[in-house]
Amino acid sequence: MANRFKSDLTWGDVTPETAFLNRRAFMAGATALGAGSIMSPALAASQYSTDEEPNTFEQITSYNNFYEFGTGKTDPAENAHALTTNPWPIEIGGLVEKPGTYEFEDLKKEMTIEERIYRFRCVEAWSMVVPWNGFELADLLDMVGVKPEAKYVYFETLVRPDEMIGQNWNTVPWPYREGLRLDEAMHPLTLVATGIYGKDMPNQNGAPLRLVVPWKYGFKSIKSIVKIELTDKQPETSWNMINAREYGFYSNVNPEVDHPRWSQASERRLGGGLFAKRIPTLMFNGYEEEVASLYEGMDLRKNY
Amino acid sequence: MAIHLVHPFKPEKGAAPDQMIDRSTINGAVRRIPKWPLYLISVIPVVALFYAGATGQLGVDPIKEIEHELGELALQVFIASLCITPLCRLMRINLIKFRRPLGLITFFYVLLHLLVWVVLDMSLLWGQMWADILKRPYITIGMVGFVLLIPLAVTSNDWSIKKLGAAGWQKLHILTYPAVLLAVIHNVMVQKVWEAEALIYLGVVLVLLAYRYRRFLPSRRVAA
Repeated sequence: MANRFKSDLTWGDVTPETAFLNRRAFMAGATALGAGSIMSPALAASQYSTDEEPNTFEQITSYNNFYEFGTGKTDPAENAHALTTNPWPIEIGGLVEKPGTYEFEDLKKEMTIEERIYRFRCVEAWSMVVPWNGFELADLLDMVGVKPEAKYVYFETLVRPDEMIGQNWNTVPWPYREGLRLDEAMHPLTLVATGIYGKDMPNQNGAPLRLVVPWKYGFKSIKSIVKIELTDKQPETSWNMINAREYGFYSNVNPEVDHPRWSQASERRLGGGLFAKRIPTLMFNGYEEEVASLYEGMDLRKNY
Repeated sequence: MAIHLVHPFKPEKGAAPDQMIDRSTINGAVRRIPKWPLYLISVIPVVALFYAGATGQLGVDPIKEIEHELGELALQVFIASLCITPLCRLMRINLIKFRRPLGLITFFYVLLHLLVWVVLDMSLLWGQMWADILKRPYITIGMVGFVLLIPLAVTSNDWSIKKLGAAGWQKLHILTYPAVLLAVIHNVMVQKVWEAEALIYLGVVLVLLAYRYRRFLPSRRVAA
């Protein structure tokens, strides 16, 4: 494994909460002045954050793929209010030192929440820029202790059809499942997001906690997680189960490897209105420098 | 006067007798309605869509919204146009005069649907579009469906009927059936998972095609 992140090395510039809140106030003021794209490096954003202009809170929370609440893009915003997220026990098990059920609020207190502004690229060839709040998955895995035999991390979304109306249809074999190789899971870019724009995670975006893996297509970033399991075998993942030819386990953003359904060469950055031009899609969604080494020697055409 | 190619009043066996519903009133009223307003009405949803898109009322992705809406409108009008013959034969309600406008409006919506894809969705990236047409079955199918509609739209006028002769014209217009089938399949395949709505459209089209299959094939066999 190439570059396991060490927290004492690079997080000198983690935004303290007060500074973070100030920054938000600054951003709000700047937006009001019509200068929303100004971002001062003095405000100590994460080194992993992009300086591209984020989509608005309204855009990020009204256009979602979250089939638990319906297959339409606006269904989650309309239906997700029914979801209750307190209490939110998360079962962490498999090849870990301290398996058990962890309550989200308790767990969150143990973690360092920071802001990460990431590009978010959907396999459907649209993208956004999202200012997430969250903690590194590696910190959580370190807390529970990963056993040496573990090779993969498996995640599951909540199943609660009376609150998640879309689960009354078998569009996806519920629960929604996702997985990462352990080195991907431990990568410092891999985030467990707990909010957007400094607010708690809206239900339609995967409350109260979701994965964000910015160099992979959006469906890898599983929402409303209730189960995390460390395994020694590659876990089943939902879209791969639905259509293995179209959706691979890795699903790294790759403009050169076509999806049977969508060319991945370019994307539409949403929020630009009717006449926004397509932009070229970047290898690993622009995170090539950080993550390419994870896949050295692998045929990315075969391991799509 | 328009030329009626399919004899609308040749009733099917077992069709309801005339006196049960006063069709002469319905058909008389239909005769008095001009068909040109249909063309004007068809422009209204297009203007409304683009206006809503330009003024931010179509949500986060107005391009996809307009593209999908136009495709769906096209499919709805296409299906409506296919209902006219069975309506006439089974119910003896004569809306035949509206079949040509509905067909042309279908083509108008399909053309706009395609143009939105080319210009707004794909930003005129011809290389990528060409690759998509060749490689992505739902786009291939949609494009073939569009191509099949071109000769139909071009010959939807009295002059072409005279030029081709009624029989030849009618033969050409059998292309309607593969075109509508490709359109509904395209609509099912655009969805990532099986969507009820898309499957309902497919079902309706299959019923309408089955009706014609029943009507066409045996008679052809007899003719041959």
